[in-house]
Amino acid sequence: MKRWLPLGIFAVLAVLLGIGLSLDPRKVPSPLIGKSMPAFELAQLHDAERTVSDADLRGEVSVLNVWGTWCAGCRAEHDVLLRLARTGLVRIIGLNWKDDRQAAQQWLRELGNPYALSAFDQDGRVAIDWGVYGAPETFIMDATGIVRYKHIGVLNDELLDQEILPLLKKLKSET
Amino acid sequence: MIAELGHFALILALCMAVVQGVLPLAGSFTRNANWIASGRPAAYGQCVFVAVSFAALTYAFVIDDFSVEYVASNSNTLLPIVYKVSAVWSAHEGSLLLWVLMLGGWGAAVAYFSRNLPDIFAARVLAIMGLVGIGFLLFILLTSNPFARLTLMPAEGRDMNPLLQDPGLAIHPPMLYMGYVGLSVAFSFAIAALIGGRLDSTWARWSRPWTTIAWVFLTIGITLGSWWAYNELGWGGWWFWDPVENASFMPWLIATALIHSLAITEKRGAFKSWTVLLAILGFSLSLLGAFLVRSGVLTSVHAFATDPARGLFILLFLCVVIGGSLALYAWRGPGVSRGGQFHWMSRETLLLGNNLVLVSVTGFVLLGTLAPLIYDALGWGKISVGFPWFNTMFIGFMPFLGILLGAGPVTRWKSDDPVGLLKRLRWAALASLALALLAWLPLYTQASWQVALGIGLSAWIGLATLAGFVRRVRDPRGLVSALRKQSRSYYGMVLAHLGVAAFVLGVTLVSLFGIEKDVGLKPGESVTLAGYEFKFAGVESVRGPNYRAERGSVSVTRDGALVATLHPEKRRYFVQTQPMTEAAIDVGATRDLYVSLGEPLGEGAWSVRVYYKPFVRWIWGGGFLAALGGLLAVSDKRYRLSLRRKIRVKVAGAEVPA
Repeated sequence: MKRWLPLGIFAVLAVLLGIGLSLDPRKVPSPLIGKSMPAFELAQLHDAERTVSDADLRGEVSVLNVWGTWCAGCRAEHDVLLRLARTGLVRIIGLNWKDDRQAAQQWLRELGNPYALSAFDQDGRVAIDWGVYGAPETFIMDATGIVRYKHIGVLNDELLDQEILPLLKKLKSET
Repeated sequence: MIAELGHFALILALCMAVVQGVLPLAGSFTRNANWIASGRPAAYGQCVFVAVSFAALTYAFVIDDFSVEYVASNSNTLLPIVYKVSAVWSAHEGSLLLWVLMLGGWGAAVAYFSRNLPDIFAARVLAIMGLVGIGFLLFILLTSNPFARLTLMPAEGRDMNPLLQDPGLAIHPPMLYMGYVGLSVAFSFAIAALIGGRLDSTWARWSRPWTTIAWVFLTIGITLGSWWAYNELGWGGWWFWDPVENASFMPWLIATALIHSLAITEKRGAFKSWTVLLAILGFSLSLLGAFLVRSGVLTSVHAFATDPARGLFILLFLCVVIGGSLALYAWRGPGVSRGGQFHWMSRETLLLGNNLVLVSVTGFVLLGTLAPLIYDALGWGKISVGFPWFNTMFIGFMPFLGILLGAGPVTRWKSDDPVGLLKRLRWAALASLALALLAWLPLYTQASWQVALGIGLSAWIGLATLAGFVRRVRDPRGLVSALRKQSRSYYGMVLAHLGVAAFVLGVTLVSLFGIEKDVGLKPGESVTLAGYEFKFAGVESVRGPNYRAERGSVSVTRDGALVATLHPEKRRYFVQTQPMTEAAIDVGATRDLYVSLGEPLGEGAWSVRVYYKPFVRWIWGGGFLAALGGLLAVSDKRYRLSLRRKIRVKVAGAEVPA
């Protein structure tokens, strides 16, 4: 009987590890959710003379996506963003984070540009206000500018279909 | 082309592993001599193909083939060549390939050195190693192919993680993996013995050198990792109880227990059940470590890029390997051992005690490591288990371990008389008690019971070991002949235990007497710490191969005499732009002086962090001493002789198929 004990302990452990797999230890609920988005004003990526600000995101449901050309995950999720843009449901604002202006523009020329507007956050100050701690990150704001959703890490088709699109439709119907 | 060749070689290695895992095992039951004999060539074949694959990936790094996604993500044309090579194992896919290479290497080594073992037993050992190999090769091929190409070839790679660009880290993972994977040999021996139903002292003797050499690698790997953290992370610590560090520490603790338990099983035929369980646990914890690091269930500074599919694969693999072997253990494990009766006062008892302490510490480390996961899984919320918890636990167990460790080697097997033992150890006991009391006296400002405990334990371990040594070499025919008479494994044990004493001393002194100061310094200003004056001369800009740095100059003087000029750097790598702190350290046997740059404060002033670290080198010195002891023990001629003798008696020991 005693010899079955190690196996029993391992079985319990394996179940816990299995549950652990479906959890995300980094998923700390963002303090921003349910609050109004942080105010910001930044130069546009394509035109340093013009600016983007939080005012551009208010008034309708919007998505803010934090990315950089140095970020491997951003390349991986780019097609998903393009797909989201093509649905025409929502405007995606890009926050180009700690990047090189030329490289970022070239990236969008080569891979396609899902962003209605792109902000250029070279020193990362705005990203700090948004609590960004790694690219890519994606925020969804409702029409009043309240942050309703945050995703840390790469977007994929499954997430888009099962969480993001339904949420966007719901938010749109609220307005 | 070369990358595809590497991929193809990996597939061939998998085919070899399948042959190695299936045929010899089946043959061992059906008595098919050809199948039994297929284990060795298959093991060599697997090793060769993995080596080809690894060479192909290394080649892709060296020639900057950025069409390979893994190379593009982890290298850069400006990277120095040494780091281009070590970048091969700097991320998930390549490090896994390194793991498999080592598994292939161990398999080939077992195939080569097992020619003296009974054929059936060797075939089963090789088959178990082949089965483990199948798991890892499938893992790479299905979820983590390092040879995947990019459709758009980038002009430049995204560079190796700057944290890993350090000589310590170039050799730390290979050493560590050699240890992790090496434990698979002891594991395979145990499983093969369980299958054959023959757990005896010959099994223990065959396992011992393999276990010890894996333990040596693990010891070196962990020591180097600690040394790297100290050099590279810039805050002067040498151990952080990070989940990934714990993942390497747990197999080490179990392997340490296993080495001692194998000694009892070999010498006295006792504790077989316990020994075989430890052999299974050691490798199981290696696998668990791989799961924790690569599945993303825990957050850690070391964690690899993660992906749920990988986590699921390893979890299933864990269930098959650990669950399967524990089920086999439950089914076929030996009953309560009758062999080797012993008195409560005997070396067996002390070794069992040390085993229990080591396993308990492992249990607590495991609990602390998994607690955040367990809480989250049970919906109790998010917690983090930190430094104080682990340290308290460790300080709680250390005295027991230390006292047993000192007394063990001086105690006789089977039965010893307590009075005689006390007599043998009285000088060591008195001297270490006296030292502990002396350390406790409020002569110093920081005097505390922890200092007394640490000093006392360190002295006890060292002096008791030396007392045993002196008794052994006291010989009327002269010291030299007595010294030559001692076996290498005895010298190895003495060295390893002295290593523990040095380690305890280092930890105690650096934790309790280390000083640190954070100051803002303008050029020309200075700060004094532990009698050393650190004068900041300012900062200049320099350029490295793939980074730009602000380099500070700090001259250290003591009583007006120059001790060292230190150049801490704040580096910014061109591609991965996060700033890196490169500490400057003046190394000494009794103290390190450690300076790192913080942030610029304007007008040439910088925040500077200075540390005085007494005896910090003894921590790693102790680790290397212990590893050296292990090497000496493995080189003992006993193993070579006994292996040769084995050939002659193997007929007598031929086993019945299960």
